[in-house]
Amino acid sequence: MKWLTDWLDDRTGYRKIVREILVENIPGGARWRYSWGSALTFAIFIQFVTGIFLWAAYSPSAQTAWESVYFIEEEMTGGWLLRGIHHYTAQVMTVLLLLHLLQVIIDGAYKAPREVNFWFGVCLLLLSLGLSLTGYLLPWDQKGYWATKVATNLAALTPGIGEPLQRLIVGGADYGHHTLTRFFALHAGVLPALLIVLIVAHIYLFRRHGITPKKPLRGPDAKFWPDQVLRELVVCLAVLAAVLALVVWKGGAELFAPADPSEHFPARPDWYFMFLFQLLKYFEGDRVLWGAFHIPGMALLLLCLMPLFGRWKIGHRFNLVMLACMLGGVAYLTVVAFQKDTEDEEYQLALKNAHRDAARIKELAKATEGIPPQGAAVLLHSDPYTQGPKIFATKCAGCHSYEGQDGTGAPLEEPSSAPDLKGVGSRAWLAGFMDPDQIETGKYFARTRFVELDEDGEKSRMVEFVHGLRDLDAEGKSQLEKIVAAVSADAELRYQAEIDARDASLIKEGTDLFFNGISGVKKACADCHGFDGEESSSKNTPDLNGWASRDWLIRFTRNPEHRDFYGAGNDRMPVFEDEKTFTDEEIALVVDWLREDWPMPGAE
Amino acid sequence: MKRATCVCLGGAVTLAPFAAGVVVLCDPLRRKIGDAEFVLITTLDALPVDGVPRKFTVRADKEDAWNKFPDTAVGAIYLRRIADSKVHAFNVVCPHLGCAIEYRGEAKDYLCPCHNSTFDLETGTQSPDSPSARGLDSLETKIENGGEIWVRFQNFHTGISEKKPIV
Repeated sequence: MKWLTDWLDDRTGYRKIVREILVENIPGGARWRYSWGSALTFAIFIQFVTGIFLWAAYSPSAQTAWESVYFIEEEMTGGWLLRGIHHYTAQVMTVLLLLHLLQVIIDGAYKAPREVNFWFGVCLLLLSLGLSLTGYLLPWDQKGYWATKVATNLAALTPGIGEPLQRLIVGGADYGHHTLTRFFALHAGVLPALLIVLIVAHIYLFRRHGITPKKPLRGPDAKFWPDQVLRELVVCLAVLAAVLALVVWKGGAELFAPADPSEHFPARPDWYFMFLFQLLKYFEGDRVLWGAFHIPGMALLLLCLMPLFGRWKIGHRFNLVMLACMLGGVAYLTVVAFQKDTEDEEYQLALKNAHRDAARIKELAKATEGIPPQGAAVLLHSDPYTQGPKIFATKCAGCHSYEGQDGTGAPLEEPSSAPDLKGVGSRAWLAGFMDPDQIETGKYFARTRFVELDEDGEKSRMVEFVHGLRDLDAEGKSQLEKIVAAVSADAELRYQAEIDARDASLIKEGTDLFFNGISGVKKACADCHGFDGEESSSKNTPDLNGWASRDWLIRFTRNPEHRDFYGAGNDRMPVFEDEKTFTDEEIALVVDWLREDWPMPGAE
Repeated sequence: MKRATCVCLGGAVTLAPFAAGVVVLCDPLRRKIGDAEFVLITTLDALPVDGVPRKFTVRADKEDAWNKFPDTAVGAIYLRRIADSKVHAFNVVCPHLGCAIEYRGEAKDYLCPCHNSTFDLETGTQSPDSPSARGLDSLETKIENGGEIWVRFQNFHTGISEKKPIV
């Protein structure tokens, strides 16, 4: 063994280098507080290693970035852990950067002759934040996409060179393939290379000037190896443990739904940029430059000037106060930003929906056993479960409600003027409709023309009929229930399939009663409505053949004024077939959603 | 003691991120492709009766990591009619090192242009001066519905004398 190391030393002189690295004098002995720099270096080491492994599985393009990250997360063994470590080490690194900066300033390690090294440190801080910012976009999920858009839009405001600068960063007029290739080149190439150069220079200068001992010294001098090294390794272990704990606790890094420029997302930067996000809120119009550039720029300038002030005792105190003010400001803005979000119901709802979309797209991707070449976003676009409520909110919720809200969970702007469509087609929905106490409520016909009095002082035939059911005896009630079951069975709802099959004979009875009428009630349903293969016998009366089935609802929505539906008796429901504001695909998505008929991965 | 602890700790924290990465990197080793299935290639009418081979693209659904590409080119084969309703199929992949072979009309054999392996037209056997360790890989065929040619398309490991499917 010895001859081999001798041979190697003879050729390389490595022993001298190792000795120089290890035999550093630590005045006053080893201390924990000197370990922050090493902890940071270790965090960067983790990022390099995990980053290169992630690189081997990542594909930067608008149709493959999200998809490859999804594959890492969900399909590759241990992928969630690897990505989780990379993600949370970035978070921990930000904390370590702050602690390192604090320690350097409080201990006065930035003073002459260490000014240049302090400036290197500030550059490293900015580089690290740049790495975080570029890395945030790479999964190409909603979160990264929208947050980074804000950042690049701010870049466009840079005085003088803004617009070309933005175009260069984004790689075109809008986000796309080249945004990802450029961000990836920055994130995995340019910035890490700069980081290495600066770290080497930073450590070189640190060694040149030696450690800044914390006074008073606690004991005799010690050597870097092994006294200080041991402490630093324990700190590194703690960093690793903290990262792993975070990954396991959070179940890995979250991956939101694929980036979609048509889909609203509550854009927020990562927590360490939240203070800047909050700061921007205070500057309106053209004054945005103050929030985006001037104030952060001045703070940075002050930070860089600290070593110059630090020459004087009073300067050092001034620096400490300034640092406290800056950190206080950042902390205050961060807390306010998070508080505002917690209180903001709209934001919370949007976030909830974003989490739902994130979970749903993973289900869809798994169910299809392979994402189509156009990318995963198309899976979500054709999914009734997630698209139904969104389309309902924009196209239907002007009049209709869904469980009293707009479909997405947000409250209605005005009270509904058309039926609530939650559970439409089901027995419960129809039974409520046939209930004299409910027919005129907001759940059904409130604020429709069907409850208005005509010149004879009567409401619509249907409403009058329902009121006529008020005093049904027990037998009448049971007959009504059977009719309801029969009509509802025509909807062929998936979630009702079991009870429909079970109640076949009851449904048969209900069908007969539809034509023969309920005992004690003058009119039968069939006196107006068509059912069981018979056409409607009265004009302007919905044909109940296949009522609330997929086809019926789609045809109804396309044209409620068709003679199979309300005809001339239609209230204010638009004829979407003519208006073209509601495409057939959208109608089908809403109908499938209302009927709760969507693929249920895992359920089958 | 202190030094030994340092070495152990240092080793542990250094190796940890590598360990997490190597597990993911080795993911392909744990993946298997499904059993080869019969793919419709063409009909008997498309094959000359004189036994001259024709090259056909094999189209099938392709799974590639996260993507599924429906009906896409996954390879190519040479088909040759050996009787009225009997065909024979070779994978175009040269069993030597994986280049694509070509049929030579004049010599009536197959040539791999990379390292000059030549193979017999009928049996696919490599000629004695060929570097290839085995002859061409024939594929299972069947005729259905009165003329549809179906081939069980699969690829094989190259460079070895054994015809071993890639699974």
